[in-house]
Amino acid sequence: MPNGYETVIGLEVHVELATKTKIFCGCSTAFGGEPNTHTCPVCTGMPGSLPVLNKQVLEYAVAVGLASNCDITRYCKFDRKNYFYPDNPQNYQISQLYLPICRNGHVDIETENGKKSVRIHEIHMEEDAGKLIHDEYDDCSYVDYNRSGVPLIEIVSEPDMRSADEVIAYLEKLRMIIQYLGASDCKLQEGSMRADVNLSVRPLGQEEFGTRTEMKNLNSFKAIRRAIEGETERQIDIIESGEKVVQETRRWDDNAGESYAMRSKEDAQDYRYFPDPDLVPVSISDEFISDIKAKEPEFREEKKQRYIDEYKLPEYDTDIITGSKKMADIFEETVKCGADPKKVSNYLMGETMRILKEKELDPQDITFKSESLAKLIALQDKKSINGTVAKEVFEVMFFEDIDPEEYVKEKGLLTVNDEGALRTTVQKVIDENPQSVADYKGGKEKALGFLVGQTMKAMQGKADPASVNAILKELLS
Amino acid sequence: MANIISDETIEYVGILAKLELNEAQKEAAKRDMGSMLDYIDKLGELDTDGIEPMSHVFDVKNVWREDVVTNGDDRENILKNAPGEKDGMFEVPKTFD
Ligand SMILES: [Zn+2]
Repeated sequence: MPNGYETVIGLEVHVELATKTKIFCGCSTAFGGEPNTHTCPVCTGMPGSLPVLNKQVLEYAVAVGLASNCDITRYCKFDRKNYFYPDNPQNYQISQLYLPICRNGHVDIETENGKKSVRIHEIHMEEDAGKLIHDEYDDCSYVDYNRSGVPLIEIVSEPDMRSADEVIAYLEKLRMIIQYLGASDCKLQEGSMRADVNLSVRPLGQEEFGTRTEMKNLNSFKAIRRAIEGETERQIDIIESGEKVVQETRRWDDNAGESYAMRSKEDAQDYRYFPDPDLVPVSISDEFISDIKAKEPEFREEKKQRYIDEYKLPEYDTDIITGSKKMADIFEETVKCGADPKKVSNYLMGETMRILKEKELDPQDITFKSESLAKLIALQDKKSINGTVAKEVFEVMFFEDIDPEEYVKEKGLLTVNDEGALRTTVQKVIDENPQSVADYKGGKEKALGFLVGQTMKAMQGKADPASVNAILKELLS
Repeated sequence: MANIISDETIEYVGILAKLELNEAQKEAAKRDMGSMLDYIDKLGELDTDGIEPMSHVFDVKNVWREDVVTNGDDRENILKNAPGEKDGMFEVPKTFD
């Protein structure tokens, strides 16, 4: 980034709530249904239909607000945001403008540059739109309203962030809070968490904000980082060349690594909000709030401490495992199945993190059963398989639904525990490698490793390296 | 009539409402809107200091439902309301953002 400028960023984050039904009707929110099979007169905007608020939406919104230090608006209501677009069948979106459910919050983030607090301006409840499908060769567009009316919360930050690092730390923090609450799975790739980036630049030291743009279509942390860097550069170039940044909405094309201005809808942004007369106001009692507080889950810091106290895990391990709710759940379930906590932790921190990173996956994408991981660890404990085989089985288990016990039997991966057979093989290896034997006897410890390797090879990997080691040492002494 | 609606305003309202009005209709709409605003000005004569804006006539609040699926697949009936249909979807004029 060129010297002398500062980037100012605020975020609008949409999160799809994990309710079973839509926000204003009893239609299912399940993914993958045939088009329009999860619809009714309410979510297709038929005249005369009457929306009724899903209480769970309110509970999730309040829970997220409390966890992000917001004031809860005790008397709130819904407003209509008017615009015409076919994915919005009512010609208005039900949202909250005047009295959003949460206001004045903050979350604390940490980056290389230290700790800071990012303020939350407000959180409001609203409904999602349907999906428009375009056919290149057709003169028509097609609409599926299965997503129409799916509940969202929009979390609006203050323009408190100054770098891509801070933006990502903020998003990760929000995501963690929401996942721990079980209010959403927050998958960026699948759109259950969407972030719009409002960005402007200004000369360092200038108090006044520059003209901002809003960037949409950011589907991964990587895309967000690239878009922030790209937009910062673009705006500085404009200013440096003596021109003015235009306030507009831009769409990020991550493949091209650049953004372009979205054609503005025919009119200016004039949504003519007014209170929705079909939805009565919501009044939130002290009891409602204390009920939600009572249901608050164990958050990260408490979990970390408990893992240290109860499972004697090193702090380093707890830091990684509690970094995602999903990982923490797998850890606890596997331990409950009887596996040793540190061994479970090693699998999560080691192999699991390695595969996630390699395949660019999120812990949310993990599908293997905790029970299977416990079985795998038990196989290793019993020395039925060795570490190398265990890693191989784990990798298969990560992508396919297999039972490790049956799998190792079927594939013939069980360790040969027949001591006689092992001794015969070791003796054979000794006979065939006189040079290494001489080296070892001459004090070269490394030579023993080679002999262990040769034995493992001869046993097709199905031996316990520790036993091989012991027998070798015995026969060579 | 105290409120005179300008040509620009009626044009803009037409765009927002997606309505194309001919000259005679525009004039009529300008008159109607003007008299509506006159009426609203009358309300403005009242002293409303300290009175919260009212959004609902009835004193009802907290009407909500539990998060339970109550609707099944009623696509066939829902699509009867569509201007056109193809592959279970609503067919609409080509729309691109
Ligand atoms: Zn519905």
